[in-house]
Amino acid sequence: MRQPNILFDGLPLPFADGQTIMEAATAAGIFIPHLCHHPDFKPQGSCKLCTVKANGRHVSACTMPAKDGMEVENNSPDLNDKRRTMLQMLFVEGNHFCPSCEKSGNCMLQALAYELEMLTPHFPHFYPDRPVDASHPQVLLDFNRCILCELCVRASRDVDDKNVFALSGRGIRKHLIVNAESGRLADTSFSLGDKAAHVCPVGVIIEKGRGFALPIGRRRYDIQPIGMELERAARCRGSGEAI
Amino acid sequence: MNAAVDRKKPRLATTSLAGCFGCHTSLLDIDERLFDLVERVDFDRSPLTDTKQCASCDIGLVEGGLCNAENILVLHEFRRNCKLLVALGACAINGGLPAQRNHLDLGQCLQEVYLTGPGIVGGQIPNDPELPLPLDKVRPIHEVVRVDYFIPGCPPSGDAIWKFLTDLLDGRTPRLGYPLLHFD
Repeated sequence: MRQPNILFDGLPLPFADGQTIMEAATAAGIFIPHLCHHPDFKPQGSCKLCTVKANGRHVSACTMPAKDGMEVENNSPDLNDKRRTMLQMLFVEGNHFCPSCEKSGNCMLQALAYELEMLTPHFPHFYPDRPVDASHPQVLLDFNRCILCELCVRASRDVDDKNVFALSGRGIRKHLIVNAESGRLADTSFSLGDKAAHVCPVGVIIEKGRGFALPIGRRRYDIQPIGMELERAARCRGSGEAI
Repeated sequence: MNAAVDRKKPRLATTSLAGCFGCHTSLLDIDERLFDLVERVDFDRSPLTDTKQCASCDIGLVEGGLCNAENILVLHEFRRNCKLLVALGACAINGGLPAQRNHLDLGQCLQEVYLTGPGIVGGQIPNDPELPLPLDKVRPIHEVVRVDYFIPGCPPSGDAIWKFLTDLLDGRTPRLGYPLLHFD
């Protein structure tokens, strides 16, 4: 029987039954910009960076199941303009001061801004006041950089079985909270071994004592653009090279 | 003949507002390409010429954000005089390091630094009329004037600045691209 295909940016892309657009693209080594999506977790489609056009409608690639014959537009100037605007809104909503951030060079938000050539935040900055939580002996929480992707929430709840994090509030007042009466991370059972300690795509959950062990300029996305990683991995799989 | 050629040279002005001069240091980092640059442009107001007033220019490079009233005046002077205004570096683009004071109350900052901080005896908050008044929040320059181009980085590398300037001078749309586009 013929394998079902979607028409992805004009090219046929085979997919397995039950796969989302994101999963089909990822399996083929095609990068769709995303922040809240992580292959280990149930997709929630909240960051909207992975917005594609499927049969003419804007949908989240991470939640939309692929359907045979579906026409998907991904890497187009129009969609990338919209994604850049979403990044700009994320940048002005928090305090993303890259030069002082230990995550710089390993940060997905920053890497996507490079990928989509975001040169300016464009909008007026909010400069919110969000105190850091340095109470935990192993981990620092810098809420200034939170983009509300809920990956730590999902990891702590679904994998670590600890429910350490949650989002609280509505709309522009929505923010990340720690599940302790004091609100402090030190007063939870959170530890560095938790899955939640290692899923933050930006610089909120920072391991203490590491700092700038690997200098800026030699980090993950300094070495290779985020959009090239998947493609290279797929090429290496195809040729049997080490990734 | 030289005079005729010189008249056609684009004029370049540069300034540092609430910045650390790191972006200007990066401009010097184009090293021997500075000789090419002075062949291709005339410098107007700039720390390199020590000229204090900006005349009519083609390109204005602005380092630093806006932390006081004088920064705003200089920025408006640049915008009035420069056909193309370029935000150079993180502070001009998003406020950068000086903007890290934005969640603090300015009055309390001044009190602590000049009056109540450790070891201060008989201090006073500077109020000489020649001192520009600080703004309550540090702002990037695009929030006050229209900005034509942005060169991110803290600082942008000499190579990034060179790529930008040569693109512009050669008539191409400036594009940094990977790996010259950096925020750190």
